[in-house]
Amino acid sequence: MLMNGAQAVLESLRKENVEVVFGYPGGAVLTLYDELYKMKFPHILTKHEQGAVHAADGYARATGKVGVCFATSGPGGTNLVTGIATANMDSVPLVCITGQVGNPYIGKDSFQEADICGITTPITKHNYLVKNPADLPRVLKEAFFIARTGRPGPVVVDIAKDVFAAQISYEYPKKVSLKGYSGDFTGDTKDVQTVLGALQEAKRPLFFIGGGVTLADMTEDMRAVVERTGIPVVTSLMGLGCIPNEAEGFLGMAGMHGSYAANMAIMECDLLIGIGVRFDDRVTGDLSSFAPRAKIVHFEVDPAEINKNVPVDYRVLGDLRWSLPVFRQKLQDSVEDYKARYSMWRQYTLAMSDEKPFTYKKDTGCIMPQQLVEAVSGLMDADTIVVTDVGQHQMWAAQFYNCRQPRQFLTSGGLGTMGYGLPAALGAKLGQPKKKVVLFTGDGSIMMNCQEFATLADYDIDVKVVVMHNHVLGMVTQWQRMFYGKRYSQTLLNGHTDFVKLAEAMGVSGYRINEPAELMPVLEKAFAAKGPALIDCMLPETEDVLPMVSPGDRLDHMVLGGNAE
Amino acid sequence: MKKYLLAVLVDNKPGVLTHVSGLISRRAFNIESISAGYTEEASITRINIVVSVDSEQELDQVVSQLSKLIDVIKIVNLSETESIMRELVLIKVHATKQSRADIINIVNIFRAKIVDVSPENVVIELTGAQSKIDAICEMLSEYEITEIARTGAIALSRGPVPVKNM
Repeated sequence: MLMNGAQAVLESLRKENVEVVFGYPGGAVLTLYDELYKMKFPHILTKHEQGAVHAADGYARATGKVGVCFATSGPGGTNLVTGIATANMDSVPLVCITGQVGNPYIGKDSFQEADICGITTPITKHNYLVKNPADLPRVLKEAFFIARTGRPGPVVVDIAKDVFAAQISYEYPKKVSLKGYSGDFTGDTKDVQTVLGALQEAKRPLFFIGGGVTLADMTEDMRAVVERTGIPVVTSLMGLGCIPNEAEGFLGMAGMHGSYAANMAIMECDLLIGIGVRFDDRVTGDLSSFAPRAKIVHFEVDPAEINKNVPVDYRVLGDLRWSLPVFRQKLQDSVEDYKARYSMWRQYTLAMSDEKPFTYKKDTGCIMPQQLVEAVSGLMDADTIVVTDVGQHQMWAAQFYNCRQPRQFLTSGGLGTMGYGLPAALGAKLGQPKKKVVLFTGDGSIMMNCQEFATLADYDIDVKVVVMHNHVLGMVTQWQRMFYGKRYSQTLLNGHTDFVKLAEAMGVSGYRINEPAELMPVLEKAFAAKGPALIDCMLPETEDVLPMVSPGDRLDHMVLGGNAE
Repeated sequence: MKKYLLAVLVDNKPGVLTHVSGLISRRAFNIESISAGYTEEASITRINIVVSVDSEQELDQVVSQLSKLIDVIKIVNLSETESIMRELVLIKVHATKQSRADIINIVNIFRAKIVDVSPENVVIELTGAQSKIDAICEMLSEYEITEIARTGAIALSRGPVPVKNM
């Protein structure tokens, strides 16, 4: 079929079942937006390209589909960079289509020219510069394939302006043929058998579950494996929701702000089975004393993750969509009574969990941040999507929100991007319109990308935003309090911004909570109202996120908090 | 530090060298040399990389991280198979009437060639293992080397099997 490059892009998006694009127009993508207009392709105009890419990311995390965003050349593309890096660190499938200056202008420092492929090479799974119109269908097919298969990730397709206008004979390839990438990550069944052998020898095994299980949508098999074996479970931040918080045997999140029981279980287990994790420094603490008594098993799709941070004893290399069903089947076929076998250890870990759960000081006369998270959690549905920004509020949300499902807790884990939350929540709501979406943010984070309140209002996207307003850049002040002699350099905000008015100015309802007595009534009122809303909740300044393992310290060197002090 | 020569077969497409060099820099891998060129197949470029690593584990990381690049088709560690490794060097040396004979002598000992000569200098060409090239450079350093251009090491496996079928 004869069509121009812009039509070919949109036609390819249709073939990939893309429901919505997030983007921002500009000179190099005028032709693309012209065809989008004619085809009435669903598009959300954010107020900033960074908003578009985070929204596509939130959409992708909430749905499991590939998120798509458009931006123009030069500043359009460079504004995507933080969002692409965020998606790359958390393995989120994105296809970012950017316009590039026309072929004759490339390399001449032309108006709005930037080498987006060069800039995004370290933060993408792959990228393309399309200079030849005939390459478009193949490149788009490959881009979606690469983004979603194996370990997912962002792919940038940078398209020269004249390519959008050029006529091509369009045929969307049925198959992808890449010499160096098959997209098939089936492993060796013998590796799984070895894990069963290791389980026979182990007395104190522990599952350590990460975001990979969510990315592969293998929660059901994972839960079946946990249920069959009775092995206690800890997760990383990205693994929250893979096992319901209330599930028996779940010890909570591990790591710097992980639970006492989760960290102690890692220190004491004799077999640590990591599944879809990458042993990030925020989880391991001091590497030389991480899981010191344990043999380590690593279920992983990406060979480069094996032995990257922690040397492993047994590897199960391959897609979890292959390995977990095999593991589940082998466990089901086994006659071993695993539950009985590990029962003592399990009881021991659960006792630690009961003894020292996440706690906080109550009856302080102020609204405690943890209390706020619990209150919101109590008012939400089991499948509500929770989005966070980055900082103390993020950790409190991780500790105190009752996560029950995968793809329920969306957070910038790897890159730690402040300003991620609002646009990501917007994208998540569009991907899951039937579910409630609530964002926890801080008075620091919300100011990065607060322009997206306007997008919420313009499209009437029902996101409830809870600003945990403590007048400081909380996580940084916490470190300054602990490690920098309480010298609060540039972290006491004392801002004059009225967030309620800010939201209202952009067309979003605003509520404020000053006193503990107002907490429940205002939350209930705000959540009951239709449409987007901001709830500005005043909190004390000096509360720390605890427990805490100092950076680079051993996991059993925790500063505990609340009633455990 | 141990050195390994990796033969990296990649798609002959624009952007490939950026992807490979970008990865090396962001993962902070130590590279002794890197060279690239066409192969017997028009669609494939061969990149020869000499990495210097502290441990087997670090070498594994280099190989698995490179393998992850979509345009990388195959990587073979030629230092661990029987192989022939060569490097080409061009050396410009200041040569006076007094020193020229000595320089020619060194050139002959190393079975190198003089490929350009002028009243004040000679240009010497030598192909060989890296150690041989290091040796001639050292010998010539007495005579005021004005310029050196080295290609970095390239290698082929011994026997009939090419890297792509290994």
